[in-house]
Amino acid sequence: MQSLLPLIPFLPLLGFLINGIFGRKYFSKTTVGLIGSAPVLVSFLLSIACFNEVATSGPISVTLYPFLSVDSLQVPFGFLVDQLSVWMMLIVTGVGFLIHVYSIGYMHDDEGMWRFFAYLNLFIFSMLLLVMGDNFLMLFFGWEGVGLCSYLLIGFWYNNVEYGKAARKAFIMNRIGDLGLLLGIFLIYKTFGSIQYAQVFSQLGTLEIGAGVVTAICLLLFVGAIGKSAQIPLYTWLPDAMAGPTPVSALIHAATMVTAGIYLIARCNGLYSLSPDAMHVVAIVGLATSLFAAFIGLRQNDIKKVLAYSTVSQLGLMFLALGMGAYSSAMFHVTTHAFFKALLFLGAGSVIHAMGGEQDIRNMGGLRKALPITFWIFLIGTFAISGFPLLSGFFSKDEIFAHVYDHGGAIWWALASIGGLLTAVYMCRLLYVTFFGNFRGTDDQKHHLHESPASMTVPLIILAVLSVLGGVLNLPHFMHIEPSSWMAHWFAGNGVGGTPVIPMGEIGIDASTEWMLMGIATAVALAVIAVGYVMYSKPDNLPVADAQQSGLGKLFANKFYVDEIYDALFVNPIARLSKLLHYYADVWGLDGIVDGVGKSVMGLGGYFRRLQNGNIEYYLMGMVAGIVLLLLSVFA
Amino acid sequence: MLEAVPIEYFLYLCTLLFVIGVFGVLTRRNAIVVLMCIELMLNAVNLLLAAFSTYLSDAQGQILVFFIMVVAAAEAAVGLGILVMIYRNTKSTDISLLDQLRN
Amino acid sequence: MSLYLILIPFISSLFLLLARPAASRSIALAASLANLAITLFALAGFNGDGSFNHEFSVPWVSGAGIHFRLGMDGISMLMVLLSNLLAPLIILSSDGEKYRPEARYFGLLLMMLGALNGVFMALDGLLFYVFYELALIPIYFICAIWGGDNRIRVTMKFFIYTFVGSLFMLVALIYMYLQTPGTHSFLWEDLVNVQLSSSAAWWVAVAFFLAFAVKMPVFPFHTWQPDTYTTAPTGGTMLLAGIMLKMGTYGVIRWMVPLAPESLHDLAPIFIGLAVFGIVYASIIAIKQSDLKRLIAYSSIAHVGLIAAGIFAWNKLGVQGSLIQMLNHGINVVGLFYVVELLERRLGTRSLSEMGGIAKNAPLFATLFMVIMLGAVAVPLTNGFPGEFLLLNGVWNFNPWLGAIAGLTIIFGAVYMLRAYGLVMFGPANEATAQFEDLNTRELVVLGAVALMVVAFGFFPQWILNITDGSVNRILGAVQF
Repeated sequence: MQSLLPLIPFLPLLGFLINGIFGRKYFSKTTVGLIGSAPVLVSFLLSIACFNEVATSGPISVTLYPFLSVDSLQVPFGFLVDQLSVWMMLIVTGVGFLIHVYSIGYMHDDEGMWRFFAYLNLFIFSMLLLVMGDNFLMLFFGWEGVGLCSYLLIGFWYNNVEYGKAARKAFIMNRIGDLGLLLGIFLIYKTFGSIQYAQVFSQLGTLEIGAGVVTAICLLLFVGAIGKSAQIPLYTWLPDAMAGPTPVSALIHAATMVTAGIYLIARCNGLYSLSPDAMHVVAIVGLATSLFAAFIGLRQNDIKKVLAYSTVSQLGLMFLALGMGAYSSAMFHVTTHAFFKALLFLGAGSVIHAMGGEQDIRNMGGLRKALPITFWIFLIGTFAISGFPLLSGFFSKDEIFAHVYDHGGAIWWALASIGGLLTAVYMCRLLYVTFFGNFRGTDDQKHHLHESPASMTVPLIILAVLSVLGGVLNLPHFMHIEPSSWMAHWFAGNGVGGTPVIPMGEIGIDASTEWMLMGIATAVALAVIAVGYVMYSKPDNLPVADAQQSGLGKLFANKFYVDEIYDALFVNPIARLSKLLHYYADVWGLDGIVDGVGKSVMGLGGYFRRLQNGNIEYYLMGMVAGIVLLLLSVFA
Repeated sequence: MLEAVPIEYFLYLCTLLFVIGVFGVLTRRNAIVVLMCIELMLNAVNLLLAAFSTYLSDAQGQILVFFIMVVAAAEAAVGLGILVMIYRNTKSTDISLLDQLRN
Repeated sequence: MSLYLILIPFISSLFLLLARPAASRSIALAASLANLAITLFALAGFNGDGSFNHEFSVPWVSGAGIHFRLGMDGISMLMVLLSNLLAPLIILSSDGEKYRPEARYFGLLLMMLGALNGVFMALDGLLFYVFYELALIPIYFICAIWGGDNRIRVTMKFFIYTFVGSLFMLVALIYMYLQTPGTHSFLWEDLVNVQLSSSAAWWVAVAFFLAFAVKMPVFPFHTWQPDTYTTAPTGGTMLLAGIMLKMGTYGVIRWMVPLAPESLHDLAPIFIGLAVFGIVYASIIAIKQSDLKRLIAYSSIAHVGLIAAGIFAWNKLGVQGSLIQMLNHGINVVGLFYVVELLERRLGTRSLSEMGGIAKNAPLFATLFMVIMLGAVAVPLTNGFPGEFLLLNGVWNFNPWLGAIAGLTIIFGAVYMLRAYGLVMFGPANEATAQFEDLNTRELVVLGAVALMVVAFGFFPQWILNITDGSVNRILGAVQF
């Protein structure tokens, strides 16, 4: 396995190179799709093999070559595959492969398909580096790499200026987070003398470190996570990122890249556990984001924007779980979320495909007859995310809520549950407005309506099955159904240092309370689904257009004006400062001083030049005066 | 007999001659007069050299006088030559006109 | 061996200038390739323990202790590699109608190369100074003859500014020389061994700083730079930004710090402060530039500021980072200015507002520009990253707050470079850009070579770090402040 391990990331890189270099001129679209998808499939199969190996004989680590070696900063280009990495690898390559297959159908009419698959493969490569690296620098490679791919893919249709801006925004906001991560890595190096996981985490128990330093490290790393995983205050890029093709939204902006922040903190759980303050910050940011985004999601009319805010909200929930110390629960939700959110995005893609590019749900309606498979799939996704009993989201959210109740108390639990409730509300609204009622599009669109080809529906069906059954991965222990808490046990396996990758989290509340919490959540979800059906499935009940919103609705529809605030606070002042500095400080000020020095020398020269007037008497007079002065100074 | 004339008198006379020369050079614009004033200054120095030569009984001073006379003659010849050329070009011997190199 | 690196360019330069052969470009290319071959050969057998390889020493003015002494330790080796790696690319890229008469242009270019190699190898203070100033002469003529509007004024300013700066250095060198024991000597070791009083060291350090800060340039001595980079012909700009500014950074490592370490404990924070302020200052100004060339000029100030800050931090990470970044910044900036040149050649403008939509017609160009841009933005696994990582880490170790402020460069860098890239490549095409032709073979060779180096050095930075490792250890071990 060791020798095959590097193939897992490098095969997609190979796919990127082949498609990127030859795709435009030499390959048909089918070939491009095959070359793009095959490496990911192979990587997935190899990841399964890795999984088996990790299960039987523990973590695998491979060092390819010493990447950087300066002083005591020794950074190998190396991989470490433990329980956590291999799980992320399975998600990335597995869901990634399904989305590749889906894209063959979805992007078939696009002339830039070769580019699309090249970028997707590059993304898979970067994401695999991120999760497979055995040190923080490798993680950072992947971290920035996925940001780059995100930039390339959001701006995929580059003729549109707005898309280009959205892509830039995503990259720059990510970079703000990256700076935090980078500084965090510096501090780790300074504190631990190494940035390799094995050496850093093995010192945690023995090294005397001040609480302030640990908190600083954790917060700096968390800044990185905030940028990448779209949390307050750096979340505004994610909704704009919907400018990219829909498979991109599914793969990067729902299933994998945005969960990198979760991975980072889960990876560093040993550090975070030492800093209650940092955990607290993580929990607060997560909860706030979860609620904030959910409110915005209530009044969005763009099918992808709703899903985007839902993603932000769900990510907030995962951070809440992390902040509560429920690392494996967060990873569990990462997994189920990857299933159902990818499913929802791809389903939305199928709808958009059928509607000829239309994304406004006000112009849809009644699609369940024309798109039966898509409808059922979307229904499953919606129910899963809303917490419909026994679907995957039900279990993963419930586990998080239980931890929140245990560690944070009733108020935290109530606030988190409001987030869950709102999720159910806007998702049901989305489902009913899109698929029920009357068709509200144009006649053209009506004739064009068709179910998507098999290459798109088959991945959808697989994801739907996973969304339904995903809960089995980590059944709550109080239900006493085997395998109970399988995933938590998996992550509690011994990592590279012989210690658990993620220690088992204990829930200190008794089974009856847990049953009660679960019951409340179930009741709420069912009620919302039922009430939502009544409210939104009526043919005449159309969401209000953005322009006609009022009151709170207007606030939600305009996303709390956060973009406008950022523009006013940062973007515009910096742009103005740029011009001011250029004209006043640089050209007029500093350069003026330099030119001033030059000019005054010239001026002085002009002044002295007048002495040389060519008049002999004048010179002689000077000479005699000089002699007289000299004599006087000597003799007088 | 020369001993009867104190050396100071020579000094006064020569200084007077020299200052007259300097004054002429500074104030007169006629190039011929300027040249003559320069000769006057030189001769003032010559006189002083000769006086001191006798006073100190050292012949070197008088030898130097001859050198200076030779140089002065050469200088006068060159100076007058230039002056003639200038006169031919400008029909004037006014030295204040001679600032053509200035710009 | 080191002598050849200087003689070959000088002799071929004289030949080109005097005989004016028709095939001047081929001759220049051959000479630069010969130099590159020698460099690579020297690199192959290089002893990286920090001693001077390939020493060549003859007395020059023996009575005054002045020697013509050349030699290369790892730091010099890297710089020589930089100049000789870039020279063929610059020669290849200088085609088109602009550079007539070609023999004169290439002659001056080669003279420049010889002088630069001399600067990087000189181990005698006066020799260093002579080469340092010698390099100014050809670039002056290149800019003043083939430059754009206002070239005489701008070039004059550049010349006087840098010349005045280096006069301070000359004074400092002579002062140091007079402090050497016995019959005085300009040799590097002898100058290094001089113990200065801390006030004298203060003056010496400030004088050196003025010379090198103008050359790099570091804020606030940078104002000649945007005008000069913009006005100079692209070949000249490449020389200036790619190699010549490294004379300043190299000078700090080789001469300034070892010669006057006594006062740097107090001065270094000020220098780093200036450099870091310059990073943010230049980055912000770059954001709204409309002339692509000027934008890259300002970005160069930011990058060099970081290099300077890393050097003055004077720890292993900072110095190694600055060295690797000198090489990689040179590569990237040559690529970027070549991109500007290609745009200007085809569109007749450098104004970003008159571009857009080029990616569609010129995918090859767009891709290579993207790769080089990513290098400039320091995305991991491109060549810009290892240097920036080490530099920021080095500055951060010096002072965390300064490190964090310097780190803003990774944000602002993305802002201005992506904006520029988007305005050039994306969006709808206009009349001019709709006719944009993709790269021809020669252009592909140059940009492809740059892009290849961007990726190769991004994946394998240790290749470069190994060259300088021993020398940096030695110099850091010998000099501390």
